[in-house]
Amino acid sequence: MKAVRLLGLPVLLVLLWWAVSGGSFYLPSPDRVAVAFAETWFSDRLTGDVLPSVGRLLAGYALAALLGGWLGVPIGLSPRLRATLEPVLEFFRAIPPPVLVPLIMLLAGIDTPMKVLVIVSGCVWPVLLNTVEGVRALDEVLADTCRMYGIRGWPRVRGFVLRGASPQIMAGLRQALSIGIILMVISEMFASSSGLGFTIVLFQRQFQIAEMWSGILLLGLLGLGLSLLFRRLERWVLSWYYGSGAARA
Amino acid sequence: MRRLLHGLLGLTGLLALLEAAPRLGLVDARFLPPASEILRTLAGELTTAGLWLALGETMRGWAVGLALASGLAVAAGVVIGVVPGLRAATSSTVEFLRPIPSVALVPLATLLFGPSLGSTLLLVVYASFWQVLIQVLYGVAAVDPVAHDTARSYGLSAWSRVRHLVWPTSLPYVMTGLRLAAAVAFILAVTAELVIGSPGLGAEIQVAQSSGAVPTVYALIVVAGLIGIGVNTAVRLLERRVLAWHPAVREEVAG
Repeated sequence: MKAVRLLGLPVLLVLLWWAVSGGSFYLPSPDRVAVAFAETWFSDRLTGDVLPSVGRLLAGYALAALLGGWLGVPIGLSPRLRATLEPVLEFFRAIPPPVLVPLIMLLAGIDTPMKVLVIVSGCVWPVLLNTVEGVRALDEVLADTCRMYGIRGWPRVRGFVLRGASPQIMAGLRQALSIGIILMVISEMFASSSGLGFTIVLFQRQFQIAEMWSGILLLGLLGLGLSLLFRRLERWVLSWYYGSGAARA
Repeated sequence: MRRLLHGLLGLTGLLALLEAAPRLGLVDARFLPPASEILRTLAGELTTAGLWLALGETMRGWAVGLALASGLAVAAGVVIGVVPGLRAATSSTVEFLRPIPSVALVPLATLLFGPSLGSTLLLVVYASFWQVLIQVLYGVAAVDPVAHDTARSYGLSAWSRVRHLVWPTSLPYVMTGLRLAAAVAFILAVTAELVIGSPGLGAEIQVAQSSGAVPTVYALIVVAGLIGIGVNTAVRLLERRVLAWHPAVREEVAG
């Protein structure tokens, strides 16, 4: 019964796809896309294009997370600093990240540093602003308790500030992940000669339609896989939070 | 008042830094022109018709795409949420389609529509649809079961249950979804213009960059940021207005 519920609609949709796609140029049938998928991505493209793309994504994402958290804690803890920087940060967050690609190309060329920098430049804002928010909203009783017990310095940051703000920080990281995937693809669509984004656009330019669809499928699977991984990570990091019932309140 | 003062101080600091860094030779002025030059270029750009036309194109793609996506998402969300069994049957499909990054559709949009409004709409609608749909589903699930049973036993028709019970309950969620979707839609509208070349702000930036007009690139990015802020503010105002009756908003106003 559960399997029917889980797979019923997807199977129906694939059947519909099959029925519609007969002879259509833009929409090849599912089996042709599946064959193209296997031929295209289980080859040296996997190590030449896919893995480097994912590596850049993870590198940029990790850098943005560190930078956002590292800057967010002091800004969140100091009301004066927060009031001073808030308009500036809001402005930077409001800039659609892809717009920065042409700019970063000017500054950092077109190689790997540019692509990583693009991902960092987009991912850092949600992490930073959510960290600031989370740190600002820390429980005051807990803050006083920390002071009473003389907990300060790094143990305080790690055990109280980061921990207390972690639900917000994770929310920021989740937003940053989807922005990161978008930027990974876009950074490779400009002046690039390898990577997932480049390859998919190349297929489209050469009218290799089945291959193009297989690339879209791969990006979808990548997005799905990363979001499942992230949910795992979130459960693990926030297990204390879900356990306390605060998440439901 | 103090906050405002501090905020102004921060902005001035940023401008001063952007002015000083190239003037003192810390960064190459070819790549980062001084702030005064960027602002002068911006002022010049604002008097040209081209910029306003491009802005009009971008905002049209944004508004039409957002409206289409939210209309579709609200209709789909209410149907999925209200019809029994449909939620369980669709959840795996929704969970699969939602994380697909909408830029994956760039090649498809290019093939189908070329550099035109259609491409922008395809990307914008796909990206914002899921944001709204997920929130509508949460909202419909949040309907109080007792209220629901009461409505049933009073013999309210399916339509009036949706109209008087499901809709008001899920409206705050819909507005949250709309707020998220508005920001995403703007990002995707500019992206489509930047990557595919549909007319608009993104295409202007691309042209400025490839012709080496660096101050113009910066000026247009500032414009994009200002519009982003405008979009966020406008949706927040709309949210407050639409939900003026809601206890959460009422408390906020009273406090």
